[in-house]
Amino acid sequence: MAKIITVTSGKGGVGKTTTTAAIGAALARTGDSVVVVDFDVGLRNLDLIMGAERRVVYDFVNVIQGDARLPQALIRDKRVETLFLLPASQTRDKDALTEEGVDKVIGDLSRHFDWVICDSPAGIERGATLAMRHADIAIVVTNPEVSSVRDSDRIVGILDAKTLKAERGETVDKRLLLTRYDPIRAARGDMLKTEDVLEILSLPLLGIVPESNDVLRASNFGVPVSIHDPESAPARAYVDAARRLKGETVAMEIPGKPRLGFFGKFLRRAA
Amino acid sequence: MTLWKKLFSSASSAPQARERLQILLSHERQVLGGDDLLASLREDILAAVAKRVPCERDAVKVRLERGAPLSILEIEVEIRGNVELVLNQAA
Repeated sequence: MAKIITVTSGKGGVGKTTTTAAIGAALARTGDSVVVVDFDVGLRNLDLIMGAERRVVYDFVNVIQGDARLPQALIRDKRVETLFLLPASQTRDKDALTEEGVDKVIGDLSRHFDWVICDSPAGIERGATLAMRHADIAIVVTNPEVSSVRDSDRIVGILDAKTLKAERGETVDKRLLLTRYDPIRAARGDMLKTEDVLEILSLPLLGIVPESNDVLRASNFGVPVSIHDPESAPARAYVDAARRLKGETVAMEIPGKPRLGFFGKFLRRAA
Repeated sequence: MTLWKKLFSSASSAPQARERLQILLSHERQVLGGDDLLASLREDILAAVAKRVPCERDAVKVRLERGAPLSILEIEVEIRGNVELVLNQAA
């Protein structure tokens, strides 16, 4: 049976889709089989971030409505062969995702994959609650900024109330992923510190992903940032986060504290 | 004084953000926190108390403060007047 991860945040634009693609690719690179599922019906974008936008034939809603079988809708990644995508549909009908339909599809996927990663839409409407319904682990993606922290707090409350685990009296394993972290602003005292966000939300930390041009560049190419330039700071942060999800203990790298100086980097490249 | 303040006071804004969030969220968690969980707890407690002591709906306050390593569930029930008197009257 798969571990089911939901990537959620409440607020839009904080990096859910980037995170889904990056962690999915990083987990798949370790040899595990991974499927990333786009729950953002009407505004799908995971296909674009994964570089599979021109290969979408059938989607999540087609499978639920019986117009396609699940294997027909799954798209295998061209770079990592254990990575698959189930795209959302572009239909305007938000009710196209039904509870029974989602239960069936997630059930089928979890029998065939090691990891099922659900990319939640923003907000707290139906799409978001359906995306978190089956979660074993929730990655709460948060920017160090007041509105994002507030929305994350709201999402944590909903994770504790509206998931299958909550209904069974269990709790979803919630982890905080701090994204778009800007070390320069943090040093200047104009950005909430990691400790501040951790204390306010009281969640364990999964990782800190620095604000970086590499994220934008990877999205332009349609490659998950974790495998686009594995040496880049966000790629390292995502790969470490994926290892933590697999249960490894990995020291937390704080962005802005360089691991190696210029010469160190130079020497490492030369080696 | 303003010039002095402008030049030398620490201009960092993060502590402001932190303080505002802490106040706001402690309030919102009271009102919304845990959604169904708190609402149903409130109903259960109200029903249990009202069986023995007359008690009004908004007299039951349930608060959940999430935290690690432990969370605190705070329950406050206000009963008008002296409980014994109220009970005698009810009897």
